[in-house]
Amino acid sequence: MKLYDYILSPSCYKVRLMASLTGVTLDLRPVDFHPGAEHRSAAMLALNPAGCIPILEDGDLLLTESAAMLAYLAAKAAPAWLAGEKPEEAARVQQWLAFSSRLTASLGGARLHEMLLRPGDIAVLQRQGIAALRELEAGLVEQGVRGMRFLASERPTIADIACFPYVALAPDGGVALDPYPAIRLWSRALRSLDGFIEMPGIHRLHELKPEPPIPTVEV
Amino acid sequence: MTDQAMTMQAMIDEWYPVGLLSQLQPGGRKTALMGAPIEVACDAEGHARVTAADGRVLPVRARYGHVWSSLGAPQKELFPIPEADQPGRRFVDVGVVRVRCSPLRTVENFLDIAHFPFVHTDILGAEPHTEVQNYKVEIREDVDEVWATQVKFYQPQASKSASGGITTEYMYRVPAPTCSVLYKTCPPRPDEWDVITLFVQPLSEDLCDVWPWMALFDDETSMTDLIHFQQTIFLQDRSILENQIPRRLPLDPGMEIPTRADLTSIAYRRWLKRHDYTYGAQLVAQ
Ligand SMILES: [Fe+2]
Repeated sequence: MKLYDYILSPSCYKVRLMASLTGVTLDLRPVDFHPGAEHRSAAMLALNPAGCIPILEDGDLLLTESAAMLAYLAAKAAPAWLAGEKPEEAARVQQWLAFSSRLTASLGGARLHEMLLRPGDIAVLQRQGIAALRELEAGLVEQGVRGMRFLASERPTIADIACFPYVALAPDGGVALDPYPAIRLWSRALRSLDGFIEMPGIHRLHELKPEPPIPTVEV
Repeated sequence: MTDQAMTMQAMIDEWYPVGLLSQLQPGGRKTALMGAPIEVACDAEGHARVTAADGRVLPVRARYGHVWSSLGAPQKELFPIPEADQPGRRFVDVGVVRVRCSPLRTVENFLDIAHFPFVHTDILGAEPHTEVQNYKVEIREDVDEVWATQVKFYQPQASKSASGGITTEYMYRVPAPTCSVLYKTCPPRPDEWDVITLFVQPLSEDLCDVWPWMALFDDETSMTDLIHFQQTIFLQDRSILENQIPRRLPLDPGMEIPTRADLTSIAYRRWLKRHDYTYGAQLVAQ
């Protein structure tokens, strides 16, 4: 299975992360997205006329949408990452998969603008990013009330992996995550999964240090 | 004179990177230098041309993969990198990354080896190999540059061409207030040094565009892999740099706590102070 990949792309990272979590080995083909703009070369446009990455090739299957790649990896190697039989769960997986494209457009756009100088109206992108984060936070709080730690179920699904990277990298685009306690808990739960891998800006859980002692106040 | 004009004074005549030579366009690209809007374009002959907002044509150099310019009148030629003319090396334009912090802080972080195991875990350093061995730091008066030599450090994967852990030797050099050149053990050519630079364009006192560039002996690794390796390293630094408080680099003698690891940083700060290179600095005790 061949992934046209860019190490700094959160969408490519979704696929690398899903592959690692499900034990699939990918053949990575690095694309010089920045500064070379190779994703807009004739050869790459022939694969994906939309001119973006990731692109996943497996036999005669060619995928250009990261949500489809997550579904394919899960169906192939670890069906527990797909929705179960409950209609609500199936609906929630689809809901958050579709929602993840709003994160890409807003938080991803802000990150590209702030980091790699891509054009865009930064105030609008950040405002839309914050609106999406508030919606995600509310969704996670509601799931918590239902006794579930993840977006669609009590176990992680492809919907969590679709949403996680752009959320975790929001600070790269100047959007803070401090106001969202449910998102921070969810992020910790995902980062502690077996097979979790990092990308630049998304760290493993090594900040799990003991609480600092409370200083005693002398009266 | 305003505070801003005062802190710019000593640094205004320096050369700064303002774009990639390989991406020059006739239509020009708008950017900024020390708070002033500028435009970087190429003329009819394909030569780089940099203009200020008032139409003034600024001095230009085309070296080391980048366009260099200055708001002032540079007294010195752009610093030499002799390795840039050495046959057999591959030159890597890593591409711009914007960082919300002082240009001086970006250089200071680049000079700090002690952060390798914690920020570049399993690439440029790993616990428990966190010990920085003794090394030498000096301000070379003849060339007016900061140099750190005999820097040795254990690294799990020192470069794209290194397989497995090796003890890497480094030399660091600061030839200009916002530029640093790093010389590093070159695994395929033990008698040569790989050159990795950090060229920093000060957009304002707390915002910069960083243009890393490399001159390597490596015939194996693809250009894209070389770029991605260095971008990975720099992006790890970026998330640390953007969280540093204050955003500007403190230049207060009272705040220096010398340990072996940050001798280079102390020499850099001292050299900045000596030249009044304070654009991007926070002067606490005056
Ligand atoms: Fe670093």
